[in-house]
Amino acid sequence: MSETGDIADLYSMTLRDLARDPAHKGRPEAFDATARGDNPMCGDRVDIYVTLDGDRIREARHVARGCEICQASASLLAELVPGRTQAEAHALGQRAGEIAKSGAGNDTTDELHRLSIFAVVHKFPSRVKCVTLAWNALDAALSGVKETSSE
Amino acid sequence: MDTIISPLFDVTRIRQDFPILSTKVHGKPLTFLDSGASAQKPRAVIEAMTRSMETAYANVHRGAYHLSEAATESYEAARIATQRFLGATEPEEIVFTSNSTAAINFVAHSYGRGVLQPGQFVLTSEMEHHANMVPWQMLRDANIGIGLRYVRVTERGELDLEDLAAKLADGKVGLVALTHMSNVLGTVTPAAQIARMAHEAGAKVLFDGSQAAVHRHVDVTAIDADFYVFTAHKLYGPTGIGVLYGKRKLLDAMPPFLGGGDMIESVTLERTTYAAAPARFEAGTPPIIEAVGLHAAIDYVTNIGMGAIEAHERALVDHAMAVLPGVEGLTLLGGAQDRGGVFAFALDGVHPHDLSTFLDRHGIAVRAGRHCAEPLHTRFGVEGGTTRASFGLYTTPEEIDLLAAKLTEARRFFA
Ligand SMILES: Cc1ncc(COP(=O)(O)O)c(C=O)c1O
Repeated sequence: MSETGDIADLYSMTLRDLARDPAHKGRPEAFDATARGDNPMCGDRVDIYVTLDGDRIREARHVARGCEICQASASLLAELVPGRTQAEAHALGQRAGEIAKSGAGNDTTDELHRLSIFAVVHKFPSRVKCVTLAWNALDAALSGVKETSSE
Repeated sequence: MDTIISPLFDVTRIRQDFPILSTKVHGKPLTFLDSGASAQKPRAVIEAMTRSMETAYANVHRGAYHLSEAATESYEAARIATQRFLGATEPEEIVFTSNSTAAINFVAHSYGRGVLQPGQFVLTSEMEHHANMVPWQMLRDANIGIGLRYVRVTERGELDLEDLAAKLADGKVGLVALTHMSNVLGTVTPAAQIARMAHEAGAKVLFDGSQAAVHRHVDVTAIDADFYVFTAHKLYGPTGIGVLYGKRKLLDAMPPFLGGGDMIESVTLERTTYAAAPARFEAGTPPIIEAVGLHAAIDYVTNIGMGAIEAHERALVDHAMAVLPGVEGLTLLGGAQDRGGVFAFALDGVHPHDLSTFLDRHGIAVRAGRHCAEPLHTRFGVEGGTTRASFGLYTTPEEIDLLAAKLTEARRFFA
């Protein structure tokens, strides 16, 4: 990986597959909480929909209008949060943000390993907010807020 | 196409005036196509500002000693240079602010609240930069009875002049506030015609010249503008200083906005009388060093000649119009007859962010997003934003060719 971050490292196959994967996309018919993340400067927008089993997240889906990083992050979120408590999901989002900001991503656990695709983002500082938008929207949805942003 | 080399305008030599243009980004020569957001600075500006700090710096208007007198003199000399640059009648018609945004907000407060009457309207347009939209919305929302109207933009990205006429027709518009050149579409608006229409309907007119003043020779007297604003940092000058031109009799009738030092005539504990314009509007220590930089920037562009700059940029626009539409999957926003070197576009299948990161890794600086013109992006159905390439006097046709080649590459990369 080059000093300043190679374009091909940023747009890894994993990231691009996630961005395009339709599995977690689309507004579900029924859901328990939703929120919209808007980055007004760039126009990115992510709607997150979650269904809950008590404190646990059963399913998460998203409708994202944004770049590949933003879409990949929203898809990974939807893949990783089911089965977790709200506090665990929040912690995961914090971790995603930290990994994108600092490049630290050498965790061994499986799901955290998935988040390490964002480690390269720290070499593209203006793109960190593309990773965090979906997670901020999830936090907002879980705390009953309707709108948020990562700018 | 060959680089345009004329005795009047030698872009190769001009590029040598800008130290930053010989730097590298990610190991690639810098291709700077974001001058519309802020332009790079020639050595003449950098050195003039340094020289002022090294040899002639003190606070202005306040000291009866050599350095303060020298600083005051250069600050006021910048006002005279700006007056000449805009074709204003008197230096007192030039008010220094911190940027275009501050200049427009100042007019919205001082003229909007102090002179406009309840029942009157401000008329702006869909294609404004937020700087020429939000201050008017704030005025509308201040509950003082001032309304807001918007002129529509045509599919080609031009102001709909019929709509302008219709919205002026009832004589209730007190102020028309329109851009002189769009920072997204590149559209240059027919300022003299707009001013005539406004005046016939009994309205005053403000032009946001943030883009136009950089690319064209502007003569506020010939246009018959009542207010005209621009910002130094887009004119190859420093950040931190902007300009408001206002006709003398309008400025004289306007109340101050910020109170403080430098804007008073006399102060007692009971009451204060204010200085005449422009001092009345320049409360506090002004941008002294920045004024020197602005003066140097004005000298720099006028020495080259605004006419020569305009001709060079016209050739660049023609070149871009010949090359960019040939890029597969590229859609340009707008297509005005009279346009400057600002091109916003969508590239099919590639998000503007991903595209600008891709281009950055090839040394090309462009802007992605909505360029502080969200309603305009909504108008054209590109809520998610566009990518924008904007030119300066140092831009070359080869840079446009490189952009086109890398756009094609980006499309393949993201396919
Ligand atoms: C058309 C237009 N108006 C206003 C502005 C605001 O300029 P500034 O940020 O210097 O106040 C800009 C630049 O961003 C612009 O392009």
